[in-house]
Amino acid sequence: MKTLPKERRYETLSYLPPLSDQQIVRQIDYMLAQGFIPAIEFEEDPTPDCHHWTLWKLPLFDARTSNDVLAEVRECRQEYSNSYIRVIGFDNIKQCQTVSFIVYKPGTGTVRY
Amino acid sequence: MVQTKASAGFKAGVQDYALTYYTPDYTPKDTDLLACFRMTPQPGVPPEEAAAAVAAESSTGTWTTVWTDGLTDLDRYKGRCYDVEAVPGEDNQYFCFVAYPLDLFEEGSVTNVLTSLVGNVFGFKALKALRLEDIRFPVALVKTFQGPPHGISVERDHLNKYGRPLLGCTIKPKLGLSAKNYGRAVYECLRGGLDFTKDDENINSQPFMRWRDRFLFVQEAIEKAQAETNEVKGHYLNVTAATCEEMMKRAEFAKEIGTPIIMHDFLTGGFTANTTLAKWCRDNGVLLHIHRAMHAVIDRQRNHGIHFRVLAKCLRLSGGDHLHSGTVVGKLEGEKGITMGFVDLMREDYVEEDRSRGIFFTQDWASLPGVMPVASGGIHVWHMPALVEIFGDDSCLQFGGGTLGHPWGNAPGATANRVALEACIQARNEGRDLMREGGDIIREACKWSPELAVACELWKEIKFEFEAVDTL
Repeated sequence: MKTLPKERRYETLSYLPPLSDQQIVRQIDYMLAQGFIPAIEFEEDPTPDCHHWTLWKLPLFDARTSNDVLAEVRECRQEYSNSYIRVIGFDNIKQCQTVSFIVYKPGTGTVRY
Repeated sequence: MVQTKASAGFKAGVQDYALTYYTPDYTPKDTDLLACFRMTPQPGVPPEEAAAAVAAESSTGTWTTVWTDGLTDLDRYKGRCYDVEAVPGEDNQYFCFVAYPLDLFEEGSVTNVLTSLVGNVFGFKALKALRLEDIRFPVALVKTFQGPPHGISVERDHLNKYGRPLLGCTIKPKLGLSAKNYGRAVYECLRGGLDFTKDDENINSQPFMRWRDRFLFVQEAIEKAQAETNEVKGHYLNVTAATCEEMMKRAEFAKEIGTPIIMHDFLTGGFTANTTLAKWCRDNGVLLHIHRAMHAVIDRQRNHGIHFRVLAKCLRLSGGDHLHSGTVVGKLEGEKGITMGFVDLMREDYVEEDRSRGIFFTQDWASLPGVMPVASGGIHVWHMPALVEIFGDDSCLQFGGGTLGHPWGNAPGATANRVALEACIQARNEGRDLMREGGDIIREACKWSPELAVACELWKEIKFEFEAVDTL
């Protein structure tokens, strides 16, 4: 029997082991295949009631491939290496956000890009 | 069209209903409310006469002619049976289609619609049995309802949870815990990774745990779990009560202490109370979870009662952000096609007629918010792949025994479910087939999640084979 350790989480996919580059690319591929508009958000010390993390540039309306999105994640990470970074997605037909998953946690030692 | 009003003065007596209320040439208007009944006439009663009686008794008719009929325009107000079809494969059962003029109904009142449609007519002697299968609410009437306080996409924005079903758990034992012990059970579930926990429906305010104590201990549990996990948490605080005043008092207190979601039992509480609460919830930014105790009394018999799809549509109009819809796979099995038919009616904006899924009418909801279906009862980690495949992202999956029954307790039980869910979401998004590879996906995650591995040992892997069963 084990006691569950206390741990901070970051919503969807945050209960999985850190995603590899390849795994992140596949999630972005899925999002693009659904027709969702990708975007990147970052925040230094996010709390649960913080709905809006700071937007990296603008949503990536012109992204055609997952690598376009990854390149922006890399750039964002370089500039804001102390921040948490997540990829989000918008559905402009249902006019709402549909996707969000964490791609970078500072200080975890594993810099994946 | 034939004028129904007698031009030759009042003539007392009993008329065949069919003369007035069976009009097979009538083309329903876009503004008519349409209903489909499954009707079993008494032996010797012709189906057209029985169908006309249904239309009459659920609208303007009385068993005998009355002189005051002469003071109204019956053609403007009467319900009309415009079609009768024999039910395939059944002896002496008929689908009877009735069109009701819009003016028969008060704006924004589910109570009024049901009082008309499923009132006296269900005790009518000429019928052996009667079941209301479906209602088409015209857009003109839909637009008079507020509907769900928030709807699926607004709820997601409140909760900051996207791209996956929500996870919940009903706290057990159903009855008999003290408020403080109850709060601990809630905290342990939420800190383990569930989004929500839930009051059981029969928890209201009993001697062993009064409502106010429960609300306070539960809210403390929510806040502690939220601070610890950094994720938004909630617990459906049941405000169902003996009187509307008491219900509203509990709702006000829930809001005051900052809880994100409350709960109501819409059938035992009643539609009037439910609609009042739903409007209050929108005004006050509180999500509303709806339980459906008593539904099986009404919807279980195939030839008598009301089909659940009708109750679900009525709830969408009356208002609720979540509604229990069955699991398809757990202890409370439902036929998949039929279940998904009314799940679509709960959450989509426009649903086409599809008899194979029990949908008798095309329904346009005209942007009324959607209701999130809740799958609850007898499900555990091995069911996860099928649940994700069947219900998709916009659903709430509730594992009661499947969380609390974990050998290591609530928090590890919650983690096991959350890990199983996220493993399935990741796999689905990567293009893997959850129905075929579901077992492998769960087993792979067991390798790195000891919580899930323990759960998988306790509960047995299950195989799914869905047979298409036509229950119409």
